[in-house]
Amino acid sequence: MLVLAGIAVIAAGFLLRFNPLLVVVAAALVTGLAAGLGPLAIIAAFGKAFNDNRYITIVYIVLPVIGILELHGLQARARDLIGRIRGATMGRLLVAYLLFRQITAALGLTSIAGPAQTVRPLVAPMAEAAAERQAPGDHDPERAKALAAATDNVGVFFGEDIFIAIGSILLMKGVLQADGIDLPPLALSVWAIPTAIAAFVIHGARLLLADRRLTRGRRA
Amino acid sequence: MIGLGFLYLVAGTTFAAFALVSLFDRPRGPGNAVFYALIAISFLLGDRLGDLGNGVLVLAIVGVATLGRMGPRDVEQALAAPRGSLLFVPALIIPATALAGTLVFSRFPGMVDPKQATLVSLALGVILALAVCFAWLRPAPVEPFRQGTRLMDHIGWAAILPQMLASLGAVFALAGMGTVVGGVIGGIIPSGSVFGAVAIYCLGMAAFTIVMGNAFAAFPVMLTAIGLPLLVHTYHGAPARVAAIGMLAGFCGTLVTPMAANFNLVPAALLELKDRYGVIRAQIPTAIPLLIFNIVLLYLVMP
Repeated sequence: MLVLAGIAVIAAGFLLRFNPLLVVVAAALVTGLAAGLGPLAIIAAFGKAFNDNRYITIVYIVLPVIGILELHGLQARARDLIGRIRGATMGRLLVAYLLFRQITAALGLTSIAGPAQTVRPLVAPMAEAAAERQAPGDHDPERAKALAAATDNVGVFFGEDIFIAIGSILLMKGVLQADGIDLPPLALSVWAIPTAIAAFVIHGARLLLADRRLTRGRRA
Repeated sequence: MIGLGFLYLVAGTTFAAFALVSLFDRPRGPGNAVFYALIAISFLLGDRLGDLGNGVLVLAIVGVATLGRMGPRDVEQALAAPRGSLLFVPALIIPATALAGTLVFSRFPGMVDPKQATLVSLALGVILALAVCFAWLRPAPVEPFRQGTRLMDHIGWAAILPQMLASLGAVFALAGMGTVVGGVIGGIIPSGSVFGAVAIYCLGMAAFTIVMGNAFAAFPVMLTAIGLPLLVHTYHGAPARVAAIGMLAGFCGTLVTPMAANFNLVPAALLELKDRYGVIRAQIPTAIPLLIFNIVLLYLVMP
């Protein structure tokens, strides 16, 4: 029962906003001590696991390529593409952005869009302008902006796991491997596809419903 | 045979380059340079350090990350010779090579370690894309690594959080955490009910994620508590399905928790919303049906 203290350490440490790396080490020490392991044995066990799981951190070898492409305007091209989305309504515009975000995240391009890169400069103002056209003076501008940010999150969360070399896929591979189960990343990432489709359908339907609410509110 | 050794050489060299760029390019406090150098040492020499040596290395990395005043040091930079939409091509070479390589290498074993075919292909894709960038954009040899360091500085210590959490999972396993949590939560699962076990596993992933603010942290706990002992070993579910769908159930939790500040509170602030929970409110009606979908999906793909 005492080993549960390790989970309490994580929850408390994250809540109190300590550096998460420090919280993880503290949780490992507390859990190990509670299980009757000595401090040196815990550090050695953690060190061995860290060494065995190095491939999780391999994903950052892509950064020099992405960085040089950004220097030559990759993000600007992505913004151009989004700017060209011609959704006549707020809902359709955000559905198109959702699709864009899911597909690019599934291809490993999670950093070309985001709250700072695209939502604030582009998607939120475009959504707000569309809502204003649909229901002039009779819509909540906060709502359009919040939906734009939510669409960005839903798109990246439920797109990125289809890419085989993202942190979460390799984390799963690592935790499974500790239990003696060896899986190729592709076996994990294909199982992100059904939920990605469901996320598109559910969130997309909500966006189109928001459209109907906008026009109905105007008639009423 | 090309395998982990090649991968760790590529990754170690990349991090060594990040360290050198941090040291010489913008010498303003050594925190970042030391952090990248320690990761490079882990990649290049980890197998020779021994378990305790690696443990000390981890403590040093955490020490630098906590005390080392790491941070991004962005300099305003003009775009160098902007190019058209062709810029997406080198970026797409990476996933295309990773996917093609995985399929090809599994058909022709012997050259590449089949267990690492995907990651080896990813590394080959990166090298190929980098070669295309050099041939086409003609940057100075150090420029891609300078740009890579700029992006890496933004990620900062969070870069090794997944690796740290996987290692914590190993310590949890050693301490028998799975058995204990499984015993506590297992009591509320009606015995013999596959649906009950699937539902508690997915709801537990979401709940732990809401509390910890991070699905990565919740994953080792729930997988070792319910996922592996109950869903995989008792009910013979496929590990890949249990793991992947469980993680996505956790992501549904991320959508509704203010603990995941970078996803939920930072955008609200960026958009100057009056309601700092406005983004979370806009996400709840998507998160709940999607969590239910994940529960049903995992139940349906259980044998």
